[in-house]
Amino acid sequence: MKPFTYERALTPAAAAGAAAATPGARFIAGGTNLLDLMKLQIETPAHLIDVNGLGLDRIEATDDGGLRIGALVRNTDLAADARVRRDYPVLSRALLAGASAQLRNKATTAGNLLQRTRCPYFYDPAQACNKRAPGSGCAALGGYSRQLAVIGVSEACIATHPSDMAVAMRALDAVVETVQPTGTTRKIAIADFHRLPGDTPHIETALEPGELISAVTLPKPVGGRQVYRKVRDRASYAFALVSVAALVQEDGTGRIALGGVAHKPWRVEAAEAELPRGAKAVTERLLAGAKPTPDNAFKVTLVERTLGAVLADGRN
Amino acid sequence: MKFDTPAADNPIDQLKIIGQPVSRIDGPLKTTGTAPYAYERHDVAPNAAHGFVVGATIARGRITALDTSAAEAAPGVVAVVTAANAGPLKKGNNNTALLLAGPEVEHYHQAVALVVADTFEQARAAAALVKVDYAPAEGAFDLAKAMDGAVRPEKGDGMGGAADTAVGDFHGAFAAAPVRLDATYSTPDQTHAMMEPYASTAAWDGDRLTVWTSNQMIEWGRSDLARMLGLPKDRVRLISPYIGGGFGGKLFIRADALLAALGARAAGRPVKVALHRPLIVNNTTHRPATIQRIRIGAGRDGRITAIGHKSWSGDLPGGGLETAVNQTRLLYAGAHRLTAMRLATLHLPEGNAMRAPGEAPGLMALEIAMDEMAEKLGIDPVEFRVLNDTERDPENPDRPFSQRQLVACLRLGAERFGWSRHNPKPGQVREGDQLIGMGMAVGFRNNLLMKSGARVRLDAEGRVTVETAMTDIGTGSYTILAQTAAEMMGVGLDKVRVVLGDSSLPASCGSGGQWGANNATSGVYAACMKLREEVARTLGFNSKEAVFADGEVRAGNRAVPLAQAAGAEGLTAEDTIEYGDLAKRYQQSTFAGHFVEMAVDAATGEARVRRMLAVCAAGRILNPKTARSQVIGAMTMGVGAALFEELAVDTRHGFFVNHDLAGYEVPVHADIPHQEVIFLDETDPTSSPMKAKGVGELGLCGVGAAVANALYNATGVRVRDYPITLDKYIHRLPEVG
Ligand SMILES: Cc1cc2nc3c(=O)[nH]c(=O)nc-3n(C[C@H](O)[C@H](O)[C@H](O)COP(=O)(O)OP(=O)(O)OC[C@H]3O[C@@H](n4cnc5c(N)ncnc54)[C@H](O)[C@@H]3O)c2cc1C
Ligand code: SF4
Repeated sequence: MKPFTYERALTPAAAAGAAAATPGARFIAGGTNLLDLMKLQIETPAHLIDVNGLGLDRIEATDDGGLRIGALVRNTDLAADARVRRDYPVLSRALLAGASAQLRNKATTAGNLLQRTRCPYFYDPAQACNKRAPGSGCAALGGYSRQLAVIGVSEACIATHPSDMAVAMRALDAVVETVQPTGTTRKIAIADFHRLPGDTPHIETALEPGELISAVTLPKPVGGRQVYRKVRDRASYAFALVSVAALVQEDGTGRIALGGVAHKPWRVEAAEAELPRGAKAVTERLLAGAKPTPDNAFKVTLVERTLGAVLADGRN
Repeated sequence: MKFDTPAADNPIDQLKIIGQPVSRIDGPLKTTGTAPYAYERHDVAPNAAHGFVVGATIARGRITALDTSAAEAAPGVVAVVTAANAGPLKKGNNNTALLLAGPEVEHYHQAVALVVADTFEQARAAAALVKVDYAPAEGAFDLAKAMDGAVRPEKGDGMGGAADTAVGDFHGAFAAAPVRLDATYSTPDQTHAMMEPYASTAAWDGDRLTVWTSNQMIEWGRSDLARMLGLPKDRVRLISPYIGGGFGGKLFIRADALLAALGARAAGRPVKVALHRPLIVNNTTHRPATIQRIRIGAGRDGRITAIGHKSWSGDLPGGGLETAVNQTRLLYAGAHRLTAMRLATLHLPEGNAMRAPGEAPGLMALEIAMDEMAEKLGIDPVEFRVLNDTERDPENPDRPFSQRQLVACLRLGAERFGWSRHNPKPGQVREGDQLIGMGMAVGFRNNLLMKSGARVRLDAEGRVTVETAMTDIGTGSYTILAQTAAEMMGVGLDKVRVVLGDSSLPASCGSGGQWGANNATSGVYAACMKLREEVARTLGFNSKEAVFADGEVRAGNRAVPLAQAAGAEGLTAEDTIEYGDLAKRYQQSTFAGHFVEMAVDAATGEARVRRMLAVCAAGRILNPKTARSQVIGAMTMGVGAALFEELAVDTRHGFFVNHDLAGYEVPVHADIPHQEVIFLDETDPTSSPMKAKGVGELGLCGVGAAVANALYNATGVRVRDYPITLDKYIHRLPEVG
């Protein structure tokens, strides 16, 4: 870990302003991802801005019947919130499928969205990685890639975004609210928030330098049967091989988002039109153009089968 | 004490304290966090500086330039140790590669430097400033590709046995057998993944070195560390009283101990070094991958006529085999037999012992093969094993087994587990969206005899202190040694204190190969026999007649408090158990029947264990509670081995990619539901005066195959390549819907 300076921000605008003004500054929330990466010197911020005191830790109803989740709401609290459990159960389930109770107690909404990939080569500073060291190459291509992405990949990077929470939020059409260093705020649809790797895999989101996440809003509940199905080798405490967030209505329409397959939560609205024709048809659209490696080609089959089980569950 | 005739009745047979389910006497220290581990010895090595290891980033080649100037100039840095300034270093007898590289690099993450600084954070930050240039060399990293060039090692199996054995005419008998199996299996490289990292604190006093470390084998460690540093053995003291797991990884001196010693010499003050987690996998040893070909021929009656097992594994030049065929030499009958082991050169990190080396991967293959054979024959898998049981070493029929209750393990296990509900046709049982299957396998592991010494002291309060360089790797050594001394001296457990893990104490067998319990307690037994004689002589008793009970010594109608014998000075006795040729005359082994029920999600293929049972026959069980803990821990490890543990090899760059606990998955609580362990009543008078054998590895042997067989029984898809992850069979599961 490199020495760094530290400050506690008092308002969101001040936090964003300080971040823009201090070279090498990063926000720190729960620290469950950032600190690990700093210990390995994969992240080497010169300055940390602690955002835990910004008062962004409330969940409140919005005027249009939705929910605004403060950026600092802990994963545990969000999963346990009565309104979330009642109206957005897919989100609750996705959160509880992630990490461990101890980590969820610390992990925040914003930090979860911004957690970095679990590609093993990203974690080994001796290996080429365009995400960690832009332009150095990608050791995962042609290497061990069982966990990595099958769709939306590029020649530069085949990493996945590891969050469970974000997959549910994608299915719920969440909106990320931010405060920019100038103090202005903006809203970013979750679909546009995470980026595909392209040839700049180190740029992972639509956030601009210094921009702070203040909240995530969920639109009015849409009901339906809500499932989060996470498939992994061991029963707990592991990232998804693939995961499916599904909102299925009684008339058979619905929404599907996938985790573990791409550099962002993966959703193709057009594929949802195929729902009446079943999992195979949906998967074909969802994963059209997939470019799996020999190591992870099974994920395509696994998505179809998992989706099949999720859809069948509702019929029984 | 020389043990060369089978044990007769002795004080241990009273079973007042031995054989009781006593809780671990070191338990409170562990649960309160006060057991001092090697990295935490502030009490004895204050003001220690912190060392951080820099690992090589190539698999093979040479260091062409090593620039430590930036690291040396970094805040807090006290010293930087490299091969260039460390002085002459010898390779340890128990190591294959050097623990400090330079200029040659033998494997990925082999240490190239140690940065020593005032704080851990400073050392870690400065370590990143060490600049190393390499000239990489080509290497062989893929066992499947290297196996054609594999050779029969000159040093045999590395444990005194041959690499190859043959009895009768295997090829003829196999060709003639009406029912045949010829299948190839593979097991992956595995890492020990113990909780406590490799860690040491070292301090010099002139030319005397003390190392507080985490090591299973004090005596091996002391000799090897002295050898590496070119010191006489008596200048080195190793202290390792508490070990947070070793599983064979800590049988030997590793880089933490050597570099802490070198760092302390360079820094002129104590230095502590823990290998950081991402370094451990490639820096230290691992269980090597195997490819195993098994051929079994049998008559239609189910009797095996031919059994052949050949195994390939790889290691660095000068390394050894994973002895995966060894159990096949002893486990089943059959007149025509063949076993062979071949060693390929691989430039991956050093392969070496991991819990039940040889048998663990060997049985993972053999016991699937037996399952396949039973199915071909249309015989129940339990019955097939019973049918091919043998009371004698099948390669050497003059040698009977000292005890062999395998059939009893299987019969009792089948009954308790409800094996009669096992459907021999796979893929038939479904509960909702789960495919249910049952599987079983045999567990087998030899009993090993090692000489072991101890000293016992009796003080004026009637308290007994046991001192031996034995180790407790979380197994319960403290407790069973205390039980042994209490039983022998006729005192309560509260009167016994046990001091372990210090090379200044009498040399002991250490912990490994499931030999620790039987041999270390026998060493204490020997010392206690001597002490009893001393006590009897002092008190004027005939030692043959004296009874030691309730803190007294009694004979006829005379009873004297034990404490009285001690006097103000106390009494001390020391002895070592040594063995004659009983283990040559009798084959001493331990046996188990493992039974597993699995549920496999019919859609996603996720495989989860539902329940497990092990029935073990392993000599006298010294403490059913600690023994059970050993077995359930081992069963858990077996589940990991079957279902997800695998070091993924990058065959381009020559290293294990998933080198942390996020990438290398071991079972978590949710993976391990109901486990049951039954020990058969058994004493083995040929093994030692304790009549005990080991269980710590037996509990693992065969479990992987039992899981694999249950998974097959659930799905109908046979996978012969471990770990059996869902990607290997999902495309063959029934349609979803
Ligand atoms: C062992 C382990 C297992 C895990 N398993 C899972 C799992 O199964 N599923 C899963 O989804 N996750 C898992 N995680 C990841 C976990 O969910 C994340 O570490 C956590 O959500 C991050 O939140 P945090 O508040 O601690 O973020 P931090 O570590 O504090 O920050 C993460 C990033 O977000 C930035 N940031 C934080 N707050 C803001 C803000 N308000 N505005 C802008 N930027 C901000 C930081 O600068 C940093 O770059 C696991 C983590 C660990 C360590
Ligand atoms: S896949 Fe992405 S994160 Fe992984 S090594 Fe390649 S560039 Fe780095």
